[in-house]
Amino acid sequence: MQFFRSHILVCGGTGCTSSDSAKIIEELDKLLVDKKLDKEIKVVQTGCFGLCEQGPIMVVYPEGTMYCKVKVTDVAEFVEEHLIKGRIVTRLLEKSSDVKDGEYAIEKSSFFKKQLRIALRNCGVINPELIDEYIAFDGYKALIKALTEMKPDEIIETIKKSGLRGRGGGGYPTGSKWEFAAKQDNDQKYVCCNADEGDPGAFMDRSVLEGDPHSIIEAMIIAGYAIGANYGFVYVRAEYPIAVKRLQIAIEQAREYGLLGDNILGTGVKFDLEIRLGAGAFVCGEETALMTSIEGKRGEPRVRPPYPAEKGLWQKPTILNNVETLANIPMILLKGPEWFASMGTEKSKGTKVFAIGGKINNTGLVEIPMGTTLREVIYDIGGGIPGGKKFKAAQTGGPSGGCIPASHIDTPIDYESLIELGSMMGSGGLIVMDEDTCMVDIAKFFLEFTVDESCGKCTPCRLGTRRMMEILDKITKGRGKMSDLDELETLARDIKAASLCALGQTAPNPILSTLRYFRDEYEAHIRDHRCPAGSCKSLLSYEVTEDKCIRCGLCAKNCPVNAITGSKKDEIPFVVDQDICIKCGVCYQKCPVDAITK
Amino acid sequence: MKTIAELEAIRKRTLDEISMRTDEESVRIVIGMATCGIAAGARTVMTAFLDEIQKRNIHNVHVSATGCIGVCRLEPIVDVIDKDGNKTTYVHMTPEKAAKVVVEHIANGKICVEYTLPENK
Repeated sequence: MQFFRSHILVCGGTGCTSSDSAKIIEELDKLLVDKKLDKEIKVVQTGCFGLCEQGPIMVVYPEGTMYCKVKVTDVAEFVEEHLIKGRIVTRLLEKSSDVKDGEYAIEKSSFFKKQLRIALRNCGVINPELIDEYIAFDGYKALIKALTEMKPDEIIETIKKSGLRGRGGGGYPTGSKWEFAAKQDNDQKYVCCNADEGDPGAFMDRSVLEGDPHSIIEAMIIAGYAIGANYGFVYVRAEYPIAVKRLQIAIEQAREYGLLGDNILGTGVKFDLEIRLGAGAFVCGEETALMTSIEGKRGEPRVRPPYPAEKGLWQKPTILNNVETLANIPMILLKGPEWFASMGTEKSKGTKVFAIGGKINNTGLVEIPMGTTLREVIYDIGGGIPGGKKFKAAQTGGPSGGCIPASHIDTPIDYESLIELGSMMGSGGLIVMDEDTCMVDIAKFFLEFTVDESCGKCTPCRLGTRRMMEILDKITKGRGKMSDLDELETLARDIKAASLCALGQTAPNPILSTLRYFRDEYEAHIRDHRCPAGSCKSLLSYEVTEDKCIRCGLCAKNCPVNAITGSKKDEIPFVVDQDICIKCGVCYQKCPVDAITK
Repeated sequence: MKTIAELEAIRKRTLDEISMRTDEESVRIVIGMATCGIAAGARTVMTAFLDEIQKRNIHNVHVSATGCIGVCRLEPIVDVIDKDGNKTTYVHMTPEKAAKVVVEHIANGKICVEYTLPENK
């Protein structure tokens, strides 16, 4: 064993990689050799730490010091100061955390304090490309336990007792799904993993695959043993190159160690799996479309029942679990169903991973026990809203979900409470919106997405979403009628009822939920031709408030189309000519005394 | 193909290597590596600690650097902090003394009083 006095963990997730973490590793390696420290200090590339906003992240052990926004040019100073002289480079520490002197450990930062990491347990801790590091932190221990001490029905019973529900959005009890597939009498069954994460702003599954790919492989083998399947597929989108590469490496390592193959660990159990790449169609995250795509056909959904557990891939019994669901499985077997069920709320057990984005300080990935309130997520973990703006709403569930308004910020987050509010858990995207966000515009944004992604197989979804889109477009341009709102509601109800798959059935949710909580904003657009958030361009008019204006002339000087006239010298008040104005907002930003209103 | 026993062996071995990334209690060896410490030879002392720990295959030990404590005339200074937080300060350290501290103190729990502050002797 080589003894290293220090491990430097550098995030190799997609976020940090895009801000040059790979080059930081290169530079570290080079400098360590130059300073002859390479035999005593080790550089480790890990998965996502979660605090993507502050990336690239670098954590130094044994101290646990977390450095943020590290640049390649910072590396030399870090090596000289921290590694050689033992002095922490304080200017690179996380700014928001309330650390006391000498307490710079990663666990102390406010971002991590309220989190409970189960699915993300190894992300940012191990090197995902080394199977030995996964094994060190109890990896494949649950598999050994399952194969040597448990019968298949005992495993299913354990999962059922834990209360684990599907983390992909639907929230169907995982144990029941497995039980249903196990009961099917068939010589061939399959286990599938849904890693076709498509919600805008969501990256939970990507981070698990990038940071801890072996946990998915382990869980799939366990699932195969439990339901009697000997083959599996991981369906992952091709737009996740790092995830695909790490999963491929992990599969090869698992085969080499005999964890996949004809005789797993000498127990006689057989299981193997392969990766199938999706081409980026949102609908392929829907289970029947996903399976059709794996079969090599055009990814379109089909009518259920029969459910995949009965007739799935190639008409054989198949279970499909989401990445995050699977990541929980090994821990449940190791620590017991009671342990898992002790976390969360009455009907939603365990934890949930959320990708928080939008108007929030700590954009990133968090894992919290079910039942944590939205306020805790946004203010305690997320660090609040930039610029001290007011919280308006949070959007969960992506294009299938809805908005939770500020009045419900203290709702404990679980499957039931979100449904009750007209939203849904979804896969875990959480977009925070502040007072400057127009709710009609947000509904339009998500609807634009579903219009683009509708596969076209059924009419309500293909045409219905397009008609709703046209109405929303009219409203945001100030050409809507009050009767449009009723028509929107009728269409939404029909589309929900008549669409073939979940994509269409949930597509109207963003509209219904914004209508429910922000109907006044829709009405302001229609009746007063006014966008209350000041975001819909066609409805804006920039005007100079005469008694506030100090006649400095900055607005006129910066206007790109010379729409503002007035005179500094002759004390003539400045005015905006609405016919020429292109509503670019430059005057609004430049005015030093906030005399321009929109 | 690996057997279950081999997997267990890998687990144990790798955990020793990466245990510093968990919160587990460990003995900490902290070496003063400010300008005064480095000038007095702290770097060779640190290397000696690392070599000896490696040679004797000792686990749950962290070696880290720290700044100047203020008594520059006693450098190289090394603090050994045990699992219960008790601190022993060694002064005027050399690579030879470091090797002895690993064997006596770290491995066998016997403090090398002769290397501590002069007033202790």
